[in-house]
Amino acid sequence: MIPASTIFQILIPEFVLGIGGMALLIFGVLSKENKFTACITGAVLLLLVTAAFVFATPASVLFGGLFQTSDFTRYADLLILLGAAAALILAIDYNQRQDIARFEYPVLVLFATLGMLVMVSAGDLMTLYLGLELQSLSLYICAALARDELRSTEAGLKYFVLGALASGLLVYGISLVYGFGGTTNFAALAQVLISSQAAGYGTVIGLVFVLVGLAFKLSAAPFHMWTPDVYEGAPTPVTALFGTAPKVAAMALLLSVMLGPFGHLLSQWQMLIEILSVVSMLLGALAAIGQTNIKRLMAYSSIGHMGYALIGLAAGTQAGVQATLVYLAIYVVMSFGTFACIIAMRRQGAQVETIADLAGLSTQRPGYALALAVLMWSMAGIPPLSGFFGKLYVFSAAINAGLTTLAVIGVLTSVVGAFYYLRVVKVMYFDAGNPNFDKTAGGVRFVMAVGAIATALLVFIPGPLIAAAQAAARALMG
Amino acid sequence: MNAAGFPILSLITFLPLAGAVLIATLSGAEAAVARNARWIALWTSLIVLALGIYLWISFDPSQAGFQFVEDHAWFTGVAVQYHLGVDGISLLLILLTVFLTPIAILSSWPITTRVKEFMIAFLLLETMTVGMFAALDFVLFYIFFEAVLLPMYLIIGVWGGPRRIFAAVKFFLFTLAGSVLMLLALVWMWRNAGTTDIPTLLHTPIPPNVQIWLFVAFLASFGVKAAVWPLHTWLPDAYGEAPLPGTIMLAAVLSKMGAYGFLRFTVPMLPQASAAAEPLMFTLGVVAVIYVSLVALAQTDMKRLIAYSSVAHMGIIIIGIFTFTVEGIEGALFQMLSHGIVIAGLFICSGILLARGETLVLGRLGGLAARMPAYAILLMLFALGSMGLPGTSGFVGEILVLVGALQVNFWVSLLAATGMVLGAAYMLVMLRAVLFDKTTRPELDRLKDLRPAEWAMLVPLAVMVMWLGIYPSSFTHVFDAPVTAMVQSHVAALAQPVALAMVTK
Repeated sequence: MIPASTIFQILIPEFVLGIGGMALLIFGVLSKENKFTACITGAVLLLLVTAAFVFATPASVLFGGLFQTSDFTRYADLLILLGAAAALILAIDYNQRQDIARFEYPVLVLFATLGMLVMVSAGDLMTLYLGLELQSLSLYICAALARDELRSTEAGLKYFVLGALASGLLVYGISLVYGFGGTTNFAALAQVLISSQAAGYGTVIGLVFVLVGLAFKLSAAPFHMWTPDVYEGAPTPVTALFGTAPKVAAMALLLSVMLGPFGHLLSQWQMLIEILSVVSMLLGALAAIGQTNIKRLMAYSSIGHMGYALIGLAAGTQAGVQATLVYLAIYVVMSFGTFACIIAMRRQGAQVETIADLAGLSTQRPGYALALAVLMWSMAGIPPLSGFFGKLYVFSAAINAGLTTLAVIGVLTSVVGAFYYLRVVKVMYFDAGNPNFDKTAGGVRFVMAVGAIATALLVFIPGPLIAAAQAAARALMG
Repeated sequence: MNAAGFPILSLITFLPLAGAVLIATLSGAEAAVARNARWIALWTSLIVLALGIYLWISFDPSQAGFQFVEDHAWFTGVAVQYHLGVDGISLLLILLTVFLTPIAILSSWPITTRVKEFMIAFLLLETMTVGMFAALDFVLFYIFFEAVLLPMYLIIGVWGGPRRIFAAVKFFLFTLAGSVLMLLALVWMWRNAGTTDIPTLLHTPIPPNVQIWLFVAFLASFGVKAAVWPLHTWLPDAYGEAPLPGTIMLAAVLSKMGAYGFLRFTVPMLPQASAAAEPLMFTLGVVAVIYVSLVALAQTDMKRLIAYSSVAHMGIIIIGIFTFTVEGIEGALFQMLSHGIVIAGLFICSGILLARGETLVLGRLGGLAARMPAYAILLMLFALGSMGLPGTSGFVGEILVLVGALQVNFWVSLLAATGMVLGAAYMLVMLRAVLFDKTTRPELDRLKDLRPAEWAMLVPLAVMVMWLGIYPSSFTHVFDAPVTAMVQSHVAALAQPVALAMVTK
């Protein structure tokens, strides 16, 4: 029996987020005027405090296996908190200028983050679902935050309807697994499903439904349909959030579900993950070519990146998990850096979103253009930038696991992908134009600089990230 | 461990990067920033050149192995090391790079737009190139090899000619497509050997049936970089559109990266596949020499003619490498040095005309021998070097390649020699059109002879052309030992049954 004080110590991060979020909510409601800035600053601070507590959490299993912490959850938690904090910082200036500076936004982000932490720490299909729904419901509202704007409400509604469908599929899958496996606990399921023979058709079908539900949250093709519209329609800081933290949470969840309770069924689901990965990479590379809106471009780019990250899961090895985790960390940093650059695209008070608007940026704002160029090249996987190392790790995991075809397809799609990333650089550096962007807010500049510098300099000090991912993979794979 | 007593290779590699950072911090009036950026870049490259000469002096040519080795942990867990070192082959290519960079920076003096960014890109290019030649870890090598693309893409695309964007994108995508195939080969070899350490990989046998696939991947990558026919189509566009300093680095140094890749990876690591592909490579080389020489003859633009001559010379280098004889490989290496210097001289000569506002269309030039005598003498010297006249640098490389080829296949030798005759033909056509034709236009009469900065660029190159031609052994003795060792191990690998090689590894 674990003493209550230890339980409290383990759950501090979640308590901080949950209670802090509610306190902010009460503070916002009771205030006479809109306390957006105060709330968002408080939320960022709460995220940082949570991150500090996450560092100190010991590895443990609580409540009969409902909730677990380990090096793996710590790694994913920190990435999620990082992504959420960056997205909040980006929102400070943007939301005020767009007249959507409501104090509910930071509160919703905090609750979504809490949901993600629960997802990552889930040791049972029930906790998994609870965390996922808390996250999803908060994010649906965030997508529709600009409620007077047609595109934003459309994005929110679309996300909600399709997300509800995915949740339904997930719950259906969970009930099938429970019906045929007799338990929802990860560890107990792993015991039941010790061999492919022990798993009946019912369990496998349930597994497929669970996989589909999670693939939707991950926006892996062919379950990506919501992504481009939601990315384009939602306010850009919300898109920045969608592109970072929930992706990490969904991928971490997928890793822990697939390799935990269903780990012994690798031969059953490996092909499915490979298909998801290949289709995502292909779609991410090909569909992005024709895009002119940079937010839509990023949507397809994120689909492609999830395809690459899935390669590590498809390998099903510890090296594969490590590769996926490294890829995610690099992706999160590149992603919030890029969204900071997109938010900075503001001319005479109005947000602009097409790639052509960037023409001539390198002459007027060399630092800004260089940051975006570094991020784009990194997304294309050009060394010595960090994106290359993510790809290197997943490809080497795939080849070591004998998935040569997957690696070859990955390499070919990354060349196609390079074409459209390169086009952004081309427009900024080679095309003549007068972007005349407004002065960028300090917070946005900060996030942009952090993203670009971390992306460019990972090559010099890769050790800590690699070691952390390795420890996390070891914790997951035992 | 390290003969110099300090990490000289890291210093040579990253000093230009430090220079680039220093330039990036410049701010103030545009003219002042441009002037400071130029001088910082020039001085950085000159200090690097001095370090390079020190490296050459303290290098021990009697050893075949790697020297000045630096080895540090880098990507832990996947056994990727920060591992640098040079042997005679990479040493000379590093020297070529550090020798040409200051000259190229001098040649960029006329550039007036966004000078700061240009110098940053150029110093980054030097870092990447030197790092690539010094890398002794395959992943490190790949990083530098690919990263060269980034500054070069910007140099072509921002400061290039009218069709620069097309040329830049084509250059980028061609080379990227080639290199990612090499990435797959890299990962396979990594898995096979359990390490990416190049000295270890050199002694790790690979099953012959796999070697073929790896060979194809390497050919795609190095072949594009070295502009082996028919993978050269990006080259005339890129050379034609790049600004003069960019063209110099592309033609003189970057094309050597491909040839270096063949020598460092393909030949020693894939002996069976290399031997099997010998006829293919000879064919590609011979076609490059003859067909591309004919294409060069048909050019009407001086810069494009020189660009095509470069492809033809790369053909000679490829033939030399794949003879697997000491003479052939030494000839190829020597030709790499010679071609690097000669092509830089030729491109600078064409750039001098451009800088005077003159056209490069051959039909509209003429009679410059009388109007610019010093220029004419130097252009003539470089053209003769390109043709391979005895006494110039080109002769030594070509004759060694021909001797090597003769030991293997008479016809290859004959056809390559035919290509040299064609080489003389197009160079003479160019000389006649530029220097001697009796074209008269008033603009031509106003042309002034060389300025001091142009002397400073051309004289070192001319001296090197003569030095390489008259006293070649001061360079060949540096790579005698590694080349001999390479040929011996190649012969041994072919003679030994594969199964036995696997056991005794």
